Amino acid sequence: MNPFDTLRMAVRALLRNKLRSFLTTLGIIIGVFSVITMVAVGEGAKAQVEKTFASMGSNIIVVLPGTSSRGGAMGGFGSMPTLTWEDLDAIRAEVPAVRYAVALLNAMAQVQSDEENWTTRVQGTSPEFLDVRAWKVELGTFFTQSDVSVGAKVAVLGGTVADKLYGENADPIGQTVRIKGVPFQIVGVLERKGQSAMGQDNDDTVVIPQSTFQSKIQGGLQKFIPGMIMVSAMEADLTKRAQTEIGNLLRDRHSIALGMDDDFSIRNLAEMASAVEAGTKAITSLLASIAAVSLLVGGIGIMNIMLVSVTERTREIGLRMAVGAKPRHILAQFLVESLTLSVAGGIVGIAAGILTAQKLGDAFGWPITIRPDTVALAVGFSGLVGMVFGIFPARKASKLEPIAALRYE
Amino acid sequence: MSDMPLVQLEQVTKIYHMGDVQVGALQGVDFTLQLGEFVAVMGASGSGKSTLMQIVGCLDRPTSGRYLLDGADVSKLGANALADLRNRTLGFVFQSFNLLARTSAVENVELPMLYGGVGARDRRKRALEALDQVGLSSRAHHHPNQLSGGQQQRVAIARAIVGRPRLILADEPTGNLDSRSSVEIMQLFQALGASGITVMLVTHEADIAQFAARVVVMRDGLILSDVRQTPREARSEAPL
Repeated sequence: MNPFDTLRMAVRALLRNKLRSFLTTLGIIIGVFSVITMVAVGEGAKAQVEKTFASMGSNIIVVLPGTSSRGGAMGGFGSMPTLTWEDLDAIRAEVPAVRYAVALLNAMAQVQSDEENWTTRVQGTSPEFLDVRAWKVELGTFFTQSDVSVGAKVAVLGGTVADKLYGENADPIGQTVRIKGVPFQIVGVLERKGQSAMGQDNDDTVVIPQSTFQSKIQGGLQKFIPGMIMVSAMEADLTKRAQTEIGNLLRDRHSIALGMDDDFSIRNLAEMASAVEAGTKAITSLLASIAAVSLLVGGIGIMNIMLVSVTERTREIGLRMAVGAKPRHILAQFLVESLTLSVAGGIVGIAAGILTAQKLGDAFGWPITIRPDTVALAVGFSGLVGMVFGIFPARKASKLEPIAALRYE
Repeated sequence: MSDMPLVQLEQVTKIYHMGDVQVGALQGVDFTLQLGEFVAVMGASGSGKSTLMQIVGCLDRPTSGRYLLDGADVSKLGANALADLRNRTLGFVFQSFNLLARTSAVENVELPMLYGGVGARDRRKRALEALDQVGLSSRAHHHPNQLSGGQQQRVAIARAIVGRPRLILADEPTGNLDSRSSVEIMQLFQALGASGITVMLVTHEADIAQFAARVVVMRDGLILSDVRQTPREARSEAPL
């Protein structure tokens, strides 16, 4: 009996019970569908994280001021300014692995145009900010070092803020924006960067000179940096070394003895990226394994129906044996039936999974990647499920005695 | 070679185990069947006539004794070899027709050839020929539920003869049929007998047995009598 005849026979037998075959397959369809969707979405999230971190640069190091632990209450990083402007100068001058270092002062503030107002993140920094963040100006220019020296009231808007205050595609250069009521002249609009790895809108910001920030937006002691220091290493490979050297330098400058807690902390974006990536990966595999369990349940459904089918068709099996079917013919018949069910379910599940993943990708704005190996794995696994759960009923059928099967009521 | 019997049973016994009880369905039967014979096996239920047919039909193996089919000992053969014998040498007709539901007549007839390795085109051709032989070529694409009992049994006979067997075994073939259809079926068997096919028929109806040329009566697992007779000619216009 050739394989084609066997397959044709199996398909016909399954089509005799269309609803039952469909419901049996549904288990596999749902299983494969969820595996494909989960993995595709997880991969998409990973790719998104990679993309955003790559856009920030893998050679970025962030130095945060330390914790205040007075009276036993830990204030958390950044709760007390410990980094000074002199520290920043020292990092620039004394650490060879550092290319750029800038202060980054941060405050939420209301900004107003003549007609609109918006609450955004105001950042005070110096012109190297563009180099560190690998950012460009789309319209106008960035403020200059001399603006920083004199504390000029000039501002560079992020794309989102420009949209909110002046409408989309407007050119606000030269206009006046009020930050906390203080008028600033707009000199530039930043290129759009989109979402950050943490889900923040990078473009929802206004950048002003750090000196102006300290005098007009948020004060504090002039000696300290009321924010963090952002550093870019010479090369990505030197990030780790720069991190160590900055640590040593600051410990030395702050007179922190060995074994004492640092009053600052240094983080490297690549580390953060891999931490976030590890997180998404863990969630992806968790979701995929839950989906795999549903595939298993689908397989049990197939086995159940095949056992019922063998019992129902005992007389048919007896007749087939009487006219010359060998045990292996019967085995093949039932095995091919369960394989057909599971593989058909696998194919439908893959199609539905790919479609859904793409819809989800469009909705989240993620790049959805359907990896061929995931698809191959899903097909292979559903075939395996059909094989494993089909073999027992098929063996049961093939071991029937012809005469007992013929007499079965 | 012509004097060698097609079927030769020597001291064949068959014992069934039903729980703790042993039932001797056949208790040492000697039985021969010559090529071209038309024999009816009769007996009450439990006489062992069905068991005899199952053993002759290679559906079951004897507990002891020897069974020579066409001169070869088949009493110790395995499941695959027996399946081959059933496929090539034997044809079966059952009381309840045993046609595959929702499968056309011609496809039902093709079934044995599917296992005999006959190509698709040849299968269809031979199946249609067999249906023509039983007078059902106009019903080739009907499903069993669209056919009368007599027509279904004729499809089953076509299925039995399509593999060109040497021996046809019919287990109560008229048991589910009215008397008119029964006579038609017997007519068909007589025609097959005339064409040289050996027919072994199991029945408990004496009316049916009179169409055979030889009647074997069984009781309690043994052959009680074995007589040759002039068969009554089956004619459809003369019902039982």
